[in-house]
Amino acid sequence: MADSLLLNEEQQLLRESARGFCREQAPLSLHRRLRDSRDADGFDRDLWRRMVELGWTGMAVPEAYGGYGFGHTGLGLVLEETGRTLVDSPLIATVLLGANAILESGSEAQKAELLPRIVAGELLLAFALDERFAHDPGRIETVAVPQNGGFALNGGKTFVLDGHVADRIIVVARVDGGSESPANIGLFLVDAAAPGLEVTRTIMVDGRNCANIALNDVAVSAENLLGGAESASLPLRGSQIRKADLVGADSTRTAKEKLDRVLDIARIGLAAEMLGSIEEVFERTLDYLRQREQFGVPIGAFQALQHRAAEMYNEIELGRSLVRAALAALDDPASNNDRIARFASAAKAKLSEVFFLVGNEGIQMHGGIGMTDEFDIGFFLKRARVAQQFLGDAGFHRDRYAALHSF
Amino acid sequence: MSGELERFRQETRGWLEENCPASMRTPMPPEEVVWGGRNAEYANPDSKLWLERMAAKGWTCPQWPAEYGGGGLSSAQAEILAEELSRIHARPALTSFGISMLGPVLLEFGTHEQRLEHLPQIVRGEIRWCQGYSEPGSGSDLASLNTRADLHGDHYIINGAKIWTSYADKADWIFCLVRTDFEAPKHQGISFILFDMDSEGVSARPIQLISGSSPFCETFFDDVKAPAGNIVGRLNDGWTIAKRLLQHERTMISGFGLAGGQAEGGGASEGTVESIAMRYRGDAEKLSDPVLRDRIAQFKIDSEAFALTSRRSAEESGGGEPNHISSMLKYYGCELNKRRCELLLEAAGNRALGWEGEGFDEDELSLAREWLRSKANSIEGGTAEIQLNVIARRVLDLPDLTGILRGKR
Repeated sequence: MADSLLLNEEQQLLRESARGFCREQAPLSLHRRLRDSRDADGFDRDLWRRMVELGWTGMAVPEAYGGYGFGHTGLGLVLEETGRTLVDSPLIATVLLGANAILESGSEAQKAELLPRIVAGELLLAFALDERFAHDPGRIETVAVPQNGGFALNGGKTFVLDGHVADRIIVVARVDGGSESPANIGLFLVDAAAPGLEVTRTIMVDGRNCANIALNDVAVSAENLLGGAESASLPLRGSQIRKADLVGADSTRTAKEKLDRVLDIARIGLAAEMLGSIEEVFERTLDYLRQREQFGVPIGAFQALQHRAAEMYNEIELGRSLVRAALAALDDPASNNDRIARFASAAKAKLSEVFFLVGNEGIQMHGGIGMTDEFDIGFFLKRARVAQQFLGDAGFHRDRYAALHSF
Repeated sequence: MSGELERFRQETRGWLEENCPASMRTPMPPEEVVWGGRNAEYANPDSKLWLERMAAKGWTCPQWPAEYGGGGLSSAQAEILAEELSRIHARPALTSFGISMLGPVLLEFGTHEQRLEHLPQIVRGEIRWCQGYSEPGSGSDLASLNTRADLHGDHYIINGAKIWTSYADKADWIFCLVRTDFEAPKHQGISFILFDMDSEGVSARPIQLISGSSPFCETFFDDVKAPAGNIVGRLNDGWTIAKRLLQHERTMISGFGLAGGQAEGGGASEGTVESIAMRYRGDAEKLSDPVLRDRIAQFKIDSEAFALTSRRSAEESGGGEPNHISSMLKYYGCELNKRRCELLLEAAGNRALGWEGEGFDEDELSLAREWLRSKANSIEGGTAEIQLNVIARRVLDLPDLTGILRGKR
């Protein structure tokens, strides 16, 4: 039987409590304050501590590693709510990307060491993947040269979310001398203070915290190859490392397949966050349509605007269904990689489109006041643009979706 | 799952295994759709057998009460039946407006006697119904209708004309909106009445459409007699029933959006847009036209999201009454079906542009006609614009301009 698309009682309560928390403790005014003050961290550490106390960092982490086993749907519901008030926090980089990268690729020892620290809020991570102006995980040019029983990393990364505040950075690199084979991809855990690592913060249009990263002969020990440590008995010397060893404990999947799974989990989580932002813009816009009077009537009485609002409603409902189904697929142990991939690309493509639509209409329907910085609606348009670009835009995901369906 | 439901599944599976003829487990050609009725035609004799067997169990209407001939199943059981039917790719045993539109409103508004008279015949496919709604002067403004019913003793005399009456030329009975009070505001003088299409004074004339086919008729009533007891619900309160029936109709029509097997797992199966596009425009791996490929991907994602939304909407209402969400499903489903037809034409290029005769295979000839037929999707059952009005007003609670202006006068 297909996964249910309804929320159970526990999930509904979780969403309500997350909504209350964001509304009271992390309103949009906080996002504005962080931007205006050019905050060095780009997020509020005190707020982050409270989010950790609520258990949000361990939502999708198994109980064996100190998490709460609420599943991806649980984390997705939280992200939907943080999306409503554009909460700046390490949830995406540290939890959605970082924790899942460790869960998917890491050895038992790495999971046991790192995951409880993430859940406790002690460790901030960043995920360094993109190298050019557009998302292209199939073309990684950062190289890892085997050296002294470990690796030396060289290359450049961009659009690295939370790169400037992370304690450790997970760098995606290709093993030098290897072919373009997907098995040659490795994830390397790099300390933020490592010699040769240069991190430059970039201020993005939506206030999201990103960085450019340069890697010049950054030494990474074999233990910090995510998943490599479990094969400690292997001769990690020179170029003797076998490609298959780079993928860690589960050798039934290539490193690229594991990377794809991590990215897909993050894409679905991001789509959930986008859904929350979309709902918020739409509700704010509807309120305005009901209140703003011109020609002696509320402008929402005009059919030209009513039909555009109804079309937005339709698109949002479709987006919501995709997000729910994608999260349910992640929580369904029977889902294979392809099923997750199809849902992730469908959700990311669709939500990107809908966020554009609603973000643009939000500005247009608010008229002049929507163009002012003093008014909040513009924040959502900015977020729409960055969220669409992050982890692959609509075009990237439609291309991938078509390929996954063999056409 | 409870043991009882599991047992029901096993019994159902066993029964279907024994009773569903092999030819009823193959894709259904349009000419083999079973509509039932007094003059029912069975292009395939197995269709008749399949209908009789399903009707005997009440499974043509699984959730209707057993006392009216239905299956009396709970929503959980009905879902299992649907799953088991779909597992063996069973064809629908019966397609009818009695099942999808009239039955549900008789169950909600009809008297016990009316239900006893009509529902079992619908279940068994013995009577084919048509819908007397639109009139030449009353399309989107349906409530302005002028077909009149005047009381003469114990019966009404009906005069007027309907249009776009689907299959009126083949139907046995009609459910019809008539004006019974000419003084009252337009919404408050309408009644919902049932009568036999064989009655003296009824005539129907098929209308040829741009697609070449004639599913719709002009229907004329010239002093037609109908018993007063055939009014459903209260006199002059027919608009309430009319609107409810429209919700059922819209839910039914929204199913067009599920055409072409675009739901999850639809994959490269036969008949999908992408499989047809690959046949005409594909190389070994992908479609050669990147723009068409992108648009098909977008369409397929929307189709998948729509199928999920239909399912979520059914789960949320718990199998209960339809609501205004049916307007959203109707609107989107129809737009999707139109998009599907457009993409198919584009995919097949000039092979899709044949009208008749040699040089094209049968599937190719159907493409243009199906495309033309699809243009009616966003007109029938309430236009796209009417659905958007309903969503804006009833779902989004946006203000009513007409009401505001009336208040200001």
